[in-house]
Amino acid sequence: MSLPAYYTTKDKVWHYAFRVICFSIFFFLLAPILIMIPLSFNAGPYFTFTREMLTLNPEGYSLRWYQDFLGDEGWMRSISNSFIIGIAATVLSTSLGTLAALGLSRAEMPAKGLIMGILISPMIVPLIISAAGMFFFFSQINIAQTFVGVVLAHAALGTPFVVITVTATLVGFDQSLTRAAANLGASPTTNFFKITMPLILPGVISGALFAFITSFDEIVVVLFVAGVEQRTIPREMWSGIREDISPTILAVATILVLISIALLTVVELLRRRGERMRGLSPQ
Amino acid sequence: MAMSDDAGDDVAIGNETDSKGRLLTSDGRPLRAALERANRRRKLTAFGLVTPLLAFIVIFFAYPIVQMMWRSVDNPAVIEALPRTLDALQDWDGEELPSEDVYRALYEDMMADEELPRIEQKIGPLAVRLNYEVSAARGAISRTSRNVDEFEPPYKEAFMDAHRLWNDTEIWRIIEREGRPLTASYYVAAVDAEYNADNEIVRADENRRIYVSLFGRTFAMSIVITFMTFALGFPIAYYLSSLPMSKANLLMIAVLLPFWTSLLVRTSAWIVLLQGQGVINDSLVGLGLIGDDDRLSMIYNQTGTIIAMTHILLPFMVLPLYSVMKTIPPSYARAARSLGATPFTAFRRVYFPQTLPGIAAGGVLVFIISIGYYITPALVGGQDGRMISNEIARHIQSSLNWGLAAALGTMLLVSVLILYWLFNKLVGTDSLKFG
Repeated sequence: MSLPAYYTTKDKVWHYAFRVICFSIFFFLLAPILIMIPLSFNAGPYFTFTREMLTLNPEGYSLRWYQDFLGDEGWMRSISNSFIIGIAATVLSTSLGTLAALGLSRAEMPAKGLIMGILISPMIVPLIISAAGMFFFFSQINIAQTFVGVVLAHAALGTPFVVITVTATLVGFDQSLTRAAANLGASPTTNFFKITMPLILPGVISGALFAFITSFDEIVVVLFVAGVEQRTIPREMWSGIREDISPTILAVATILVLISIALLTVVELLRRRGERMRGLSPQ
Repeated sequence: MAMSDDAGDDVAIGNETDSKGRLLTSDGRPLRAALERANRRRKLTAFGLVTPLLAFIVIFFAYPIVQMMWRSVDNPAVIEALPRTLDALQDWDGEELPSEDVYRALYEDMMADEELPRIEQKIGPLAVRLNYEVSAARGAISRTSRNVDEFEPPYKEAFMDAHRLWNDTEIWRIIEREGRPLTASYYVAAVDAEYNADNEIVRADENRRIYVSLFGRTFAMSIVITFMTFALGFPIAYYLSSLPMSKANLLMIAVLLPFWTSLLVRTSAWIVLLQGQGVINDSLVGLGLIGDDDRLSMIYNQTGTIIAMTHILLPFMVLPLYSVMKTIPPSYARAARSLGATPFTAFRRVYFPQTLPGIAAGGVLVFIISIGYYITPALVGGQDGRMISNEIARHIQSSLNWGLAAALGTMLLVSVLILYWLFNKLVGTDSLKFG
């Protein structure tokens, strides 16, 4: 990018200085996450680059922390727990949230502001408060330390994201399409699955992904509501960090970073598709 | 949507009018009633779609929180355990030790409690409850209740022999004060106050003041974190908004990847970087900037918490700022320049004021999230980096003073809700976007 001809020396210096500042902030954002990837291949039990690693000596690198992770029963169980809980909570929050978003975007919906406020409250209330409330209530109705309890809790935390993304998709929704379908004889159910659903699907999927990542990454409620049987990946990491911190954490972290890159890509693609479909994107 | 718009749309206007000249539908109903009915039905359908989620959230989210808040004032222990004693205490003047009648009532209450099956006994919870008010109470009550069946009249002496606490008007004042269904004592404790001998609320001793300064520290740290995210977020949001779309989307990954990365991953990343034998200290020692013996302690203290939380919350500042800045036409600042403003004046007087909604949105968002933050301070906070949520968790999990935890939690929740209300006033929830 060439600079405009009228720039003075001072302008030029400022222009480059500003870029240097910005890129150091980007560095601050990315470096801590990316630095764990090479460190997770450390051959020794250290959290820093050893001399062998810096000289690129193959002996400095190993897969031992990955083997450690894969060979550990606790970690393996936490993976399946995380997915079971995450998927169940996502199904629950996505179906309830999508229905509610359909209702909320109707013009005739009464008390919209109040209801919206209640529905998105799980996103606003500090997690420690939600966790404490659920801890007491779930113990009373005997679902503390069960999968049902954790799934219900995570579903509640995930619904605001589904409601918000699906409601946002419905803003650009052309009502005349469903009227046309109804006019041509489609029943409300056919109408929903054949007309509405395909059009709001990107919103539903990104809402579902948000709900899933919320559950997958959630730890506070798990600390209070889950028992030993329901330990998820973040819960294992929590003990790992608190009790005996070993580079196995780095191996797990690397895998999780790769998962988030995958999820980020999917959400970004969906967002662009949605924008293109609604003609909002400049491309 | 149109899923059932048709349900109420079968209102066909006929040509008939009724005796009062009102329009009728083709099947003879008054048109106004038919339309109202259709409208009601539509409202019901819309509400019916929302009901499942609303019921779910109310039962599994809102009710548990309200119930937890109720714990901060709920006070059943004394009433349930000592009904006779409270009755007898009604005539007590509060100056000297109560009369023999009161001690006899206490004896009867304790004896009656022993008759109950273990699970229904109330003296145990009473001991725990009174222990929050005076720290010798649990031992005194449990020791007394173990020996109470051997007591002989006069009971006053018997109790006073069993434990010196019964020889003190303080315990009786507390029993009288807490013998009501609702209590303020958890809130009194939560603002570092206590009751004095005249049942007036006074500030607690210097060395027992914890919570006010903890709230203060939580707020101060949140302000620092909010300011740091602003200082770091503003330049990059500005830079991103000035780039062409394709380039901005690419660089946006730098903001979105941390946003999507597990919180524990990001926290452990900072532990790895900042600890004594970590990457930063090793590099500084390796470069000879600091000696091997005076490595910087940047983790397990306030510094570590602030650094890690700034990193974790930075995306929440950048995203709203970016979406506001993208809508500001660059021609405004250019117009200011062409009218003779220096670059700085053009920025300060023309560009910056237009970014204020974004700053407000991002600032309140970051502040709300950080005052309730638990995980990062718990893992990297050490002693002076602890925040109010860590204290709430401690009271729930280890000290088991649930009333105090509920009082602290309610205070935190109320502050967050006030801030959220402010946020709504300033920017509206519509500007909440993810990714």
